[in-house]
Amino acid sequence: MNAIASALARLGAAVTAGVWRLGYATRFFGYLLLHSGTAFRRFHLTMREIYFAGVLSLIIILVSGLFVGMVLALQGYETLQRYGSSEALGILVALSLVRELGPVVAGLLFASRAGSAITAEIGLMKATEQLSAMEMMAVDPVARVVAPRFWGGVISMPLLAALFSAMGIFGGYLVGVVLIGVDEGAFWSQMQAAVDVRNDILNGVIKSVVFGVAVTLIAVFEGYDAPPTAEGVSGATTRTVVTSSLAILALDFVLTALMFTGGNAK
Amino acid sequence: MPDPAVAEIQDLSFAYNRQPVLHRIRLSIPQGKVVAVMGQSGCGKTTLLRIIAAALLPSHGSARVLGQDTRVLDRDGLYALRRRLGMLFQFGALFTDMTVYENVAFQMREHTALPEDTIRDLVLMKLEAVGLRGATERMPGELSGGMARRVALARAIALDPELILYDEPFTGLDPIALGVIARLVRQLNDSLGATSIIVTHDVAETLPLVDYVYFMADGRVVAEGTPADVRRSGVAFVEQFVNGRIDGPVPFHYPAAGYAADLGLAQAA
Repeated sequence: MNAIASALARLGAAVTAGVWRLGYATRFFGYLLLHSGTAFRRFHLTMREIYFAGVLSLIIILVSGLFVGMVLALQGYETLQRYGSSEALGILVALSLVRELGPVVAGLLFASRAGSAITAEIGLMKATEQLSAMEMMAVDPVARVVAPRFWGGVISMPLLAALFSAMGIFGGYLVGVVLIGVDEGAFWSQMQAAVDVRNDILNGVIKSVVFGVAVTLIAVFEGYDAPPTAEGVSGATTRTVVTSSLAILALDFVLTALMFTGGNAK
Repeated sequence: MPDPAVAEIQDLSFAYNRQPVLHRIRLSIPQGKVVAVMGQSGCGKTTLLRIIAAALLPSHGSARVLGQDTRVLDRDGLYALRRRLGMLFQFGALFTDMTVYENVAFQMREHTALPEDTIRDLVLMKLEAVGLRGATERMPGELSGGMARRVALARAIALDPELILYDEPFTGLDPIALGVIARLVRQLNDSLGATSIIVTHDVAETLPLVDYVYFMADGRVVAEGTPADVRRSGVAFVEQFVNGRIDGPVPFHYPAAGYAADLGLAQAA
């Protein structure tokens, strides 16, 4: 009986702690939005973060996009040629990238490359009392440190996803048209005819914005809430990557269900 | 101590998660003086400093700093008070993504509308005061511990604060850097017409430079007086602390069961 009671107590404590933390993160998000003025009034602070989160992520995003597009073309061609519709390769590559793989894979890469860096930086600033020093100088660290990083990430993410998709389509073209020999005109014209700006591209952009908000919010929150020790920062960085990745996949399902099923489906 | 008080602590108690840390503290920091709060690690002196800086609020009693009761300040009032304070953190807490120059200019850019030329002149003056005008373009990671502490000191006095708080300013410094920081603490206090509170356990460096000392143990003020009073103090804890004796009211041995019993010799004997 004691073992059951203690297991239930542990479960209850874990649930309570989780709900409390979710509530704290929500309040943190509200406070962050309320104190985002500095990030826009002094936009150079946000530009700096766009450079660190966005520009420095370009290499991994572009190279990954290229390879994902190349693999998509290879796999897609193998299947499509069985049904004699290899000219539809352009549609398959473009829709897969714009609707799904662009936002999702770019989001996962962004969480690993930029999200972890944001958490580690803010966590270390906390551990070395830089955030306390800022508070003591009557400067709000959420407005001065957290908000520019948050908005820098939110702005970078859709741009990175778009570049990922563009590079993927180029990779698909390289393999499909240049390497395998699919007709170039059919590749591009079918893609142009089938990809819809509102249903496909806009929905992909909405996904990438939502993923950008989720990943960057998790990253800044974990950094700000990290225990001020080496293990604390390391644990927070790991949590950022794990939680962000799961959040992207879960949100992707919800958004896909809302966007591409029922009346909204093409 | 007849001078008007810059900080006045009345009957102050504080607890972290119901764990008492400070008990019924009373102290007064007169204007223009350098006052030390001394005691062992964990005695509550840094907590007291954080209460004076209004980073923590008292559980009981009051803290009046620069004429303001910290308990009733809203966020704007708190930040207005902090603009009149300077604080030197234990390890400097310099912003690691900024140069020395940018660190010292930080508050000027955040809180004033001064033109960049004026900010430049002010930063160079502050850095000259701590002897580091030649290090403006260095990053914090390229500085020695002593240099980083001096830059942090220049940053703490950037807006000519009325009250300067020092949290263990001498920790981890070599003897030369330690002497430099000690001299700067006194010099800057006098030249700025400020008041300083130093939280430290470094007896040898602190007593010659301060005007008044509060000794704390177990969250209580156990003795106070001028450095001369402290050296002559009959309080056993102060005597042990000032002379660095390994045993006394603060015992060498952490409380434990009998040594012989722990070694399994008691029964045999």
